[in-house]
Amino acid sequence: MTNTLINSAAAHRERTPAQHLLEVRDLTVTFPQPSGAVTAVRGVNYHVDKGEFLGIVGESGSGKSVSSLAVMGLLPSSAKVGGDILFEGKSLLNRSDKDMSKLRGDGISIIFQDPLSALTPVYTIGAQIAEALLLHDSKLSQLAANTRAVELLKVVGIPNPERRAQAFPHEFSGGMRQRAMIAIAIANNPRLIIADEPTTALDVTIQAQILEVLQKAKELTGAAVVLITHDLGVVAGNADRLAVMYAGRIVETGTVDEVFRAPSMPYTIGLLRSMPNLATAGHTRLVPLEGRPPLLSNLAPGCPFADRCPAVIDACRTTEPPLMQIGDDPLNASACIRVAEIASGELKRGEIYPVPEPVAPAERADVEPENVMAVTTLKRHFPLTKGAIFKHTVGIVRAVDGVSFEIKAGQTLGLVGESGCGKSTTIMEILELAKPQAGQVIINGRDVATLSAKERRALRQDIQVVFQDPMASLDPRLPVQDIVGEPLTVHGVSAKDRLKKVADVLELVGLDPSMASRYPHEFSGGQRQRIGIARALVTDPKIVVLDEPVSALDVSIQAGVINLLQDLQEKLGLSYLFVAHDLAVVRQIADNVAVMYLGRIVESGSAEQIFENPQHPYTRALLSAVPVPDPAIERSRTRIILDGDLPSPTENISGCNFRTRCPLYRLMDEAGQKRCATDDPEPRLVGSTLVACHHAENTDLMAPALT
Amino acid sequence: MIGFIAKRFINYAILSAIATLSAYVLASIILNPASRYLGRNPAPSTETINSILDGFGTNPNTPVIERLWAWIVNLVAHGSLGNTIHNTSVISEMTARAGTSLRLLILGTIIAAVIGVVLGVWGAVRQYKTSDQVISYASFTVLAMPSFVIGILLMITATTLNNVLGIQLINFTGEYTAGLEGGWWVHFWDRAAHLLLPTISLTLMGAAGYSRYQRSAMLDVLSADYIRTARSKGRTRGSALLRHGVRVALIPMSTYFAYSFATVLAGAAVTELVFSWHGMGEMLMQAIQQSDINAFTGAILFNAILILIAGTLADIVYAALDPRVRV
Repeated sequence: MTNTLINSAAAHRERTPAQHLLEVRDLTVTFPQPSGAVTAVRGVNYHVDKGEFLGIVGESGSGKSVSSLAVMGLLPSSAKVGGDILFEGKSLLNRSDKDMSKLRGDGISIIFQDPLSALTPVYTIGAQIAEALLLHDSKLSQLAANTRAVELLKVVGIPNPERRAQAFPHEFSGGMRQRAMIAIAIANNPRLIIADEPTTALDVTIQAQILEVLQKAKELTGAAVVLITHDLGVVAGNADRLAVMYAGRIVETGTVDEVFRAPSMPYTIGLLRSMPNLATAGHTRLVPLEGRPPLLSNLAPGCPFADRCPAVIDACRTTEPPLMQIGDDPLNASACIRVAEIASGELKRGEIYPVPEPVAPAERADVEPENVMAVTTLKRHFPLTKGAIFKHTVGIVRAVDGVSFEIKAGQTLGLVGESGCGKSTTIMEILELAKPQAGQVIINGRDVATLSAKERRALRQDIQVVFQDPMASLDPRLPVQDIVGEPLTVHGVSAKDRLKKVADVLELVGLDPSMASRYPHEFSGGQRQRIGIARALVTDPKIVVLDEPVSALDVSIQAGVINLLQDLQEKLGLSYLFVAHDLAVVRQIADNVAVMYLGRIVESGSAEQIFENPQHPYTRALLSAVPVPDPAIERSRTRIILDGDLPSPTENISGCNFRTRCPLYRLMDEAGQKRCATDDPEPRLVGSTLVACHHAENTDLMAPALT
Repeated sequence: MIGFIAKRFINYAILSAIATLSAYVLASIILNPASRYLGRNPAPSTETINSILDGFGTNPNTPVIERLWAWIVNLVAHGSLGNTIHNTSVISEMTARAGTSLRLLILGTIIAAVIGVVLGVWGAVRQYKTSDQVISYASFTVLAMPSFVIGILLMITATTLNNVLGIQLINFTGEYTAGLEGGWWVHFWDRAAHLLLPTISLTLMGAAGYSRYQRSAMLDVLSADYIRTARSKGRTRGSALLRHGVRVALIPMSTYFAYSFATVLAGAAVTELVFSWHGMGEMLMQAIQQSDINAFTGAILFNAILILIAGTLADIVYAALDPRVRV
């Protein structure tokens, strides 16, 4: 019975070779809400062929995830789905849950964004993979399913799969959980894998690993892949074709080469230009894509991008342009009235968006290039205790283990590294303005260990901080003027002066001072981060610590905030300590860079030197993991993929603590390896950067540097 | 893991000891065991009263700390909790009554937990639908009602039912029908019939509380990503909710179980009185009414031990349900 079904299906497929594996026709998804229906997806058409890799790109709220959940039939029951979705020629809409669940995990499988919450905490990883197998093969024994689960874990690159299959999700790191998710997704050899932001929550080094596993899974199963992401760089290196979504519609589609080389929708052009890009960053100013996406509950007629589009003409406001074919390639289409002008070059791509003017020399602040912050051999160790009644120390977490750097007035130091490397602990130690466990922190020429409480409070005016999540770091129950003015109340400024100062800084960060009485939820993400910056600037600080200030923002909004930070630095002569994991952003803004690994700085020097000519193998691996939004560069690059995860800082690794993952270590001869295992490398000058590696001169053995 | 459970057990045991000793001290300060003899005719002499009270170890003229010491020594050396004012030993009184109470409590708690979990899950899955509203309002009504009102309402219903049917279908006074003739089965059914209403009464109160907690725990889980993952593997919604949802939503319930056991105990005392059961609850009430310090302390010790067992059980269940707390 099953055999005949398979045979007839195969025969059916052979009869119609032109048939698409997945075809989405005029898909609409509406969520009815008390305040009016929200149409999250408005007429989306796309198709995926067998074995193809389609990338869907868009900002948050563009409808990219909703449309893929519609394919899986996993939308909440309140959602109204229109149009049609055909998988292998058969419609997936209006099927019963039971019917769809036969297909889910078998014909189509999906990998979700957040691996931390996507696995059930109470079942072992092995059991959750075996579950996917058993659900679709009733003849399979439990034992056979478990064996296969271990095989799958091995395929996705989990070391010790037999033992790890018995582990629970909380015992896995984020990257390993995402590997397990991929194992579940490929368990039944699906024909289509949907990957919904599979790497967004992960570090770049882990992202590179996961994308490689995804490619491997695709090759093994021959499945088509739909990769949904907001990161153009991820798409550039992996996908065959690309669809750009905006406000619930596809606004541009084409082969990856075509779209990156000659984007023809102004939105795509803006997105590409607003992204900090390792290949170009640092030389050119970012071009921000102003404004924010329209609210889908109340859409005005005309092109939804019109309000943000610098090339807007009157006709844009009346009708919404359909996807129109560009040239003679049927796969290449764009939804813009002026597409012919853009494609012909009449309207130059580079000139659609005005490049923001740098700060005029007259407005620039003059600063003496003196040290405003100097940190020497800063240490922060946390004891690890065990025992319920008799507590005893069983280990030490070396969160910060001898970090030294300095920042000159008017300059930016970028502190980069994977999550868990000690970046945040470092800045928290500095911001505490208290005597550190070991080492010395000097701010404005004063050793913070010697400060009295009163002096400490006075010094706090000079060093302020901007946090990562602009939503979580603003009190939702305070109006903006109170949030921004709060640091002044601490320093006893009168209410009248406070209001005036608040209005001044709001204007400085590009917000209308008349909005000061509003609450944070009335602002967009980018505006909220500006409020956070205003709060930091209100005390006229000399140093601003920026803890991942743009990583929670959408790509198009990032550029505006980065430009603002650069302008403020030049106008006010600020010094920044910029902590980030996004290397392209750091390349854009930093003068000097320090790369951290497991509580140590492994390489530091000028941004140009470090990005052009990295000497430490870790820096080089980190840089090579960053995707570049350019398919040509992506294809020609050789990636250095680091093995495994960041080791736990409790582990006591003798010698160089990077050697467990170091690709160079493996290339060294025995004597060289022995040196790594016994001697802890001190930072030394190699080329023009300080490098903590015994074999930095041999780094070129691994792979050539970028560009 | 066993170390952890043992540690918790010792903690609970220490707490139980503290609770019992404080109960003794509190009762010794507040209750006046001499009052019982003062109204007698002929009035006994002060010496007589003192010697009787000395015999019980409850003479208010002896300092509380001394009496407490004597009570502890008696407990440790002879394993005795002293005598009640009716000159029976507290231990024998407790053994006679404990079975009665436990039968009621254990049955009531287990049925309440099962029904509460089912109602809570059902309510969460069908959030804001009619069935959820009905469950919510019903449980709030029960929670708002004093336990004796529930007992009396049940009695009225049973009486009406008996009258309509014309036979004594449901018996609700006492634990069994006195002087009943017949074999083992006759007695079993008689006891079961007597057990019905008090159990329903306790179950109603317990289930109302459990269902509210289970509902909110389940609501948290409903929108969890792993439910979506389970469905994406090929589980239907219902099966994903059962296998992955309920399993996780049960975890916080085990803690609630331990805390709610104390509430059920308090409710059970009233229920026993309403249905004229001679259980531990009745013993506690009578001890207070009759200023019987030894019996009161014994009843508190019983409660403390039950909470100790419930607490330890909850810890074990928690560890069994949640791999994240296992060490």
